[in-house]
Amino acid sequence: MREAAVVAQPNPLQRIPGVAIVLVLLIALFSVIAPGFLSVANLSNVLVQSTILTMLALPMTLIIMTEGLDLSMGAVLTLTSLCVAIVSLATKSMLLGLGAGLLVGAAFGVANGWLVAILGIPPFVATLGTLGMAQGLSLIVSDGQSVVGIPHSVRDIYSATLLGVPVPIVMALVTYAAFHGLLYHTRFGTYIFALGGNREALRYAGLSPNRLLIAVYAIGGAMAGIAGLLMTARMNSGHPTAGLGLEFDAIAAVAVGGTSFERGNGWLLGTLLGVLSVGVLRNGLNLISLPSSVQVASVGVLVIVALFLDGLRSRA
Amino acid sequence: MTDISKEIIAPPRSFLSQDAIQLFYRLLAALLICAVLAVLSDSFLSLGNILNVLRQASLTFFIASGLTLVVLTAGLDLSVGANVALSACIAGTVIHKTGSPALGILTGLACGGIVGLLNGIMVTALRIPSFIATYGMLWVLNGLTYWYMAGETLHGFPAGFRQIGSGYLFGLPIPVYLLLVFLGIGTFFAQRTIWGQEIYAIGANPVAARLSGIPVARRLLLVYAVSGTMAGLASIIFLSRLNSAEADIGESLTLPAIAAVLIGGTSLFGGVGTVFGTFIGALILTLVLNGMNLLSVSANWQPLVTGIIVILAVWLDMKTRRRAQ
Repeated sequence: MREAAVVAQPNPLQRIPGVAIVLVLLIALFSVIAPGFLSVANLSNVLVQSTILTMLALPMTLIIMTEGLDLSMGAVLTLTSLCVAIVSLATKSMLLGLGAGLLVGAAFGVANGWLVAILGIPPFVATLGTLGMAQGLSLIVSDGQSVVGIPHSVRDIYSATLLGVPVPIVMALVTYAAFHGLLYHTRFGTYIFALGGNREALRYAGLSPNRLLIAVYAIGGAMAGIAGLLMTARMNSGHPTAGLGLEFDAIAAVAVGGTSFERGNGWLLGTLLGVLSVGVLRNGLNLISLPSSVQVASVGVLVIVALFLDGLRSRA
Repeated sequence: MTDISKEIIAPPRSFLSQDAIQLFYRLLAALLICAVLAVLSDSFLSLGNILNVLRQASLTFFIASGLTLVVLTAGLDLSVGANVALSACIAGTVIHKTGSPALGILTGLACGGIVGLLNGIMVTALRIPSFIATYGMLWVLNGLTYWYMAGETLHGFPAGFRQIGSGYLFGLPIPVYLLLVFLGIGTFFAQRTIWGQEIYAIGANPVAARLSGIPVARRLLLVYAVSGTMAGLASIIFLSRLNSAEADIGESLTLPAIAAVLIGGTSLFGGVGTVFGTFIGALILTLVLNGMNLLSVSANWQPLVTGIIVILAVWLDMKTRRRAQ
């Protein structure tokens, strides 16, 4: 399996069934049992609420493709969201806030990549450590309190529309297009496939796998920074526990989307459908008034089932 | 190349002597931290504080000792903290409903053990990588616990039951005696029984272990079940110590437990480490956190420091092993 060609072409046909069936089944289920699920207002609500998750799940796909994992994403998102809130509050500038969030997020991403690539620490432990660090920093910079009174320019991002389409959705679509282009149409994307599939080949080709790996994690951190802006805009405040656990939804979306944890191949469209599956599941359970705790538990079950099926497929 | 050579070399029993040196360094580190704290803070060397450190360390140790066995097999159990929370809440409810602490303790242990067993099944039968399987379990348990408690707090348990976590015997807190007992059992099990040695063998080289006739799946199930049961035990101590249970008590327990295992010299790559090392690890971590507390550093700093310690511990472990090879 290790000998897979460097340019491992994604094979969507094999996977379309899995995640698409999950999504269709969930939609069908909630159309029946959750009144109001199929209304336009609710469906667009699902889409808007899935945007933050999209921004985490897409880079998470790349990271998992390198046989890595980033458990720190939710905590880093929390920290960047606080940075956006604090800096935009102090400077009254949305762009400076975004810049601060991006910077902090990318710094954490580089740190993750450095720990994994250069020090060789297993990704799940390295990012568990940085999870603690980001969580701690969130508590320290906010002193455990919410940051309120942020400028309108930040809040408006979440509610504004562009040509009738909500801005968060536009941002998510642009992100998807960028990731699609990056993964399937650039050399860097090919290298990412090789990072998971055949790292030796990269070295023989005169490339530095370590630097590429750091870049992949840095992209994840930077995306957590952009998602942090959306999170702050959505909550109209910064909160020291806002994004905790979101990395789990992201991992769930990637796993449901058919990206393999062991074979270095991923499928971005699958991740997008996975994000929608998680979004529909949470929204539907919400509509039939099950508390968010049950939603969390069912996402957990979703992940375990998806991984089990992934394992079956890899053995088949 | 290094990968292959690492896989071929089985763990010789002489690791014990190398482990002894490593343990000695760790004891030294613990003493050093004690010395620094004694200089920096007047209250550190008071009897009350030292007993407090030991009691605190015992809580971390209970969770971390079971986890040590999992890590010895090159696995990881990220669900221990959430497991403590669920077990504590269920055990607390049983005590409230039946008025019988014994029944509550049994339920808590059983709940922890069942969760551990489920983890084991996911890892062995479903062949899901352990860190992902137990991470999924973490969120399932979190969800269940929050749903079950629905924002309520269980409070007020029989005085006899509270003795377990907060009582004293001959001047020492009762959890410290439990710590010594489980330290003894754990060390004996890992070092002196065939099952314990098989666990080391599985961690060092699962393929060789299977080929030499070790029932790998059954041992793994055992290891995860033990880890879960120890989380159940920790939940009982927690419950009787705090005299209350809430859904969120487990959230700050997992990272310290993992830190204790790693500081204690158990390698994430399996096959190397001791339960006694984990005890020292729990002690060092508790000393650091206690010291921060005494120097009036805000508790907000604890996750940051614990996170740094986890990374440092893994990095040091990898460095020493690389040099040893």
